[in-house]
Amino acid sequence: MSTEITHGDVHEEHHDHGPDKGLMRWVTTTNHKDIGTLYLWLAFIMLLVGGAMAMVIRLELFQPGLQWVEPQFFNQMTTLHGLIMVFGAIMPAFVGLANWLVPIMIGAPDMALPRMNNWSFWILPFAFTMLASTLFMEGGGPAFGWTFYAPLSTTFAPDSTDFFIFAVHLMGISSVMGAINVIATILNMRAPGMTLMKMPLFVWTWLITAYLLIAVMPVLAGVVTMMLTDRHFGTSFFDAAGGGDPVLFQHVFWFFGHPEVYIMILPAFGIISAIVPTFARKPLFGYSSMVYASASIALLSFMVWAHHMYTVGMPVAGELYFMYATILISVPTGVKVFNWVATMWRGSMTFETPMLWALGFIIMFTIGGFSGLMLGVAPVDTQYHDTYFVVAHFHYVLVTGALFSIIAAFYYWVPKWTGHMYDERLGKIHFWWSTISVNLLFFPQHFVGLAGMPRRIPDYSLQFAEFNAISSIGGFAFGLAQVFFLYIVIKTIRGGVKATDKVWEGATGLEFEQLPSPPPYHSFTVAPQVK
Amino acid sequence: MTFDKLPGRWLASLSGLISVLVAFSAQAEYELNMTQGVTPISQEIYNLHMIVFWICVVIGIGVFGAMGWSILYHRKSKGAQAANFHESTTIEIVWTVVPLLILIAIAIPATATLLNLENTDNADIEIQVTGIQWKWKYTYLDEGVTFVSSLAQESRDVMNSDPTGHENYLLDVDKPIVLPINKKIRFLFNSDDVIHAWWVPELAVKQDALPGFINDSWAIIEEPGVYRGQCAELCGKDHGFMPIVVHAVGEDEYAQWIAEKKAEAAEVAAMAAQEFSMQDLIAQGETVYQANCAACHGPTGAGIPGAFPAMTGSAIVTGPIDAHIDIVLNGKAGTAMAAYKGQLSDVDLAAVITFERNSLGNSVGDLVQPSAIKNAR
Ligand code: HEC
Ligand SMILES: [Cu+2]
Repeated sequence: MSTEITHGDVHEEHHDHGPDKGLMRWVTTTNHKDIGTLYLWLAFIMLLVGGAMAMVIRLELFQPGLQWVEPQFFNQMTTLHGLIMVFGAIMPAFVGLANWLVPIMIGAPDMALPRMNNWSFWILPFAFTMLASTLFMEGGGPAFGWTFYAPLSTTFAPDSTDFFIFAVHLMGISSVMGAINVIATILNMRAPGMTLMKMPLFVWTWLITAYLLIAVMPVLAGVVTMMLTDRHFGTSFFDAAGGGDPVLFQHVFWFFGHPEVYIMILPAFGIISAIVPTFARKPLFGYSSMVYASASIALLSFMVWAHHMYTVGMPVAGELYFMYATILISVPTGVKVFNWVATMWRGSMTFETPMLWALGFIIMFTIGGFSGLMLGVAPVDTQYHDTYFVVAHFHYVLVTGALFSIIAAFYYWVPKWTGHMYDERLGKIHFWWSTISVNLLFFPQHFVGLAGMPRRIPDYSLQFAEFNAISSIGGFAFGLAQVFFLYIVIKTIRGGVKATDKVWEGATGLEFEQLPSPPPYHSFTVAPQVK
Repeated sequence: MTFDKLPGRWLASLSGLISVLVAFSAQAEYELNMTQGVTPISQEIYNLHMIVFWICVVIGIGVFGAMGWSILYHRKSKGAQAANFHESTTIEIVWTVVPLLILIAIAIPATATLLNLENTDNADIEIQVTGIQWKWKYTYLDEGVTFVSSLAQESRDVMNSDPTGHENYLLDVDKPIVLPINKKIRFLFNSDDVIHAWWVPELAVKQDALPGFINDSWAIIEEPGVYRGQCAELCGKDHGFMPIVVHAVGEDEYAQWIAEKKAEAAEVAAMAAQEFSMQDLIAQGETVYQANCAACHGPTGAGIPGAFPAMTGSAIVTGPIDAHIDIVLNGKAGTAMAAYKGQLSDVDLAAVITFERNSLGNSVGDLVQPSAIKNAR
């Protein structure tokens, strides 16, 4: 019914509101769907760029000895790989999904602040161009790790660091604007009857994520500004010789950095909470506890930052507090996993590609959660800290966690977006290929980490050789799998079996129940009624 | 034994697999898991690590088991009909409270271990450990013995070709640190430049070495042996090349080593009074340069443009010798160029300065004697 109404609107009254033609459509667009698409493409390009850097890292680590790159360049690769994946791939991908999905999930015609939306996106290509350009400057790009600890990033950093600082400022501005937009949209533009506790979990988790972003991105901007003044204007925030403290840097950085990791996982929880019920054909178990768990994770995330700093020499009372608060986070996180499993329990499950990625997410994210619990135990972290065990941990939560959820979201919603079904066979190949290779890539890193291999080293002693070789082979295969993904994406956009409006037998939600596939350029110009 | 029956086959292959795994892990134990180490704390930490690990395994079996069961039996292709339950306050409370209790069970031993780990009181020996880009300086505070320890030359020689077959590649140093067993040793950490972290897994000591602040940690080594570690905090270009080697020895051997070190120091001090020929200084300077300066200024003196200046043709190196002596002795504040007066002896300083002026493509022709360095200090 309302589908027809929407159609009617577009054809009779708004026929002059179709997209512009050519390049300018994308430059000047204020349409949430176009901007969502732009964000997703940027994220994909950045994934491939950051991935190429990971390939350089794995190539150098394939065998002991220095065969391919100089240590200083290696450090630039680890640094830019981290920065690009965090700020260029994962975060923009989630913002892209929010742009595409939040309005059509809550029955809004667009985002609340469409012009700002355009600006938040278009800042980013410039920020990343600036960041990448540092590689070609004299002295090289930033080589101090994505955590850029002072004084390695201040007194001892190359000149290009100033470009890095400015790029981070731009990314921060973009994120904060995006977050304001999400909040304004969700709080003001829900269709009549869509109460807060009826919102899809993806909308909920993004609402919470947006508050996290607004709270911590300014802290990141603050810390890079302090670096800038230390470097050029004679302050000594992080220099003990001038009365400052290098550890202050770490406190400020991780006050941003820890909520940041939840910024990269909360929307993933929302995606999985949408996919699992659809393919289990059973409503999500414990909806309200999911909402409360997300909120408590977000709150706790502000109180645990110094668990990244157990070896920095904190007072023992501080270490005890941060240990207790940290392991406490596993309670609400556990609740989420239990709820997903309970949703599957006695369902009627099928295993289309999005469901496979979601199941992969649940299993491997949980593995990352386990190593997270282990890392939270302060005295044991003395042995784990800054080893490959940590590298394995955060790649399990960020690659098989966040990235897998983004890919799951692509397969789940792309028929809605384009009106074309993706190729099921290729999707499944993509899943199995990625899953096997990603475990070859990251699982052995637990072992080398426990056995004593520090992270961020360009070369290692001989006892780590076998596992590093396996890891590199897994890495190359995983990288190739994402090039294959690019092929699937393009193929799906170009054509494919026509998707039904509901797309999936078990799908629920306004976007599946009330919009055609693909939705018109302007959807929900008349707000739907939610029961 | 007959393998005809299917279960028999299963068992046989399972036991085969297990024996392979056991053999593999016995031979490669160190490569798969955390070391138990040689100190009381390292053992405690290992035990805690294993407890938390097994808790995770049990929870994992529960969660993945339930998931696997659903995947196998609650699938549409098997005709499963979806139930419609989607809420249960009781269950929600159970799976909030039970994990909470498990966490408390973990927190209790973890607290005890942490308090123990942080208790550096009543030490028998105190050693200051200073991180320097990219080497470690050790100072035995009670004995006045001090020396700098850096990556062994053998590792440097093979790193650009093929290191296979070189035992302890990247884990060997020129001067290991010698420690007595069964004594409480307190380490005091600091840094001359960026943040480093001193880590020896067998001692379960990993502590950041901060510029301008002092951290401490402790160990009682219970078994004599050689224990190797590495810097664990990214500290710049050669972060991967600043290993640590600890020789843990009996008390007598330790006393003997201290005596030797003191004699060595006296000898070096006496040498400073001698006059050296240009050739001797250049020969000695080459070794000092390759071990201490080449990491930044390059083995041939070319430097790294934009980061570290070239020595070849440098205005300071080819200019008046006093300025050259000054920058090497006192470093340059706010840059990576460290003050070497605390790291190198008068002879080594005279040698490396003379070497730079008359090698690496430079030929100034003058030299500096150790006595002049002594005066310039
Ligand atoms: C950690 C890196 C590093 C190491 C190791 C190092 N230097 Fe330097 N050195 C520098 C940097 C950076 C500068 C430039 C300082 C500046 O900005 O003026 C410098 C400058 C110099 C200069 C002045 C060059 C000029 O043209 O301005 C001399 C001479 C010098 N170093 C000698 C040495 C000697 C001798 C050693 C070994 C004992 C050594 N350096 C070890 C980083 C290093
Ligand atoms: Cu270091």
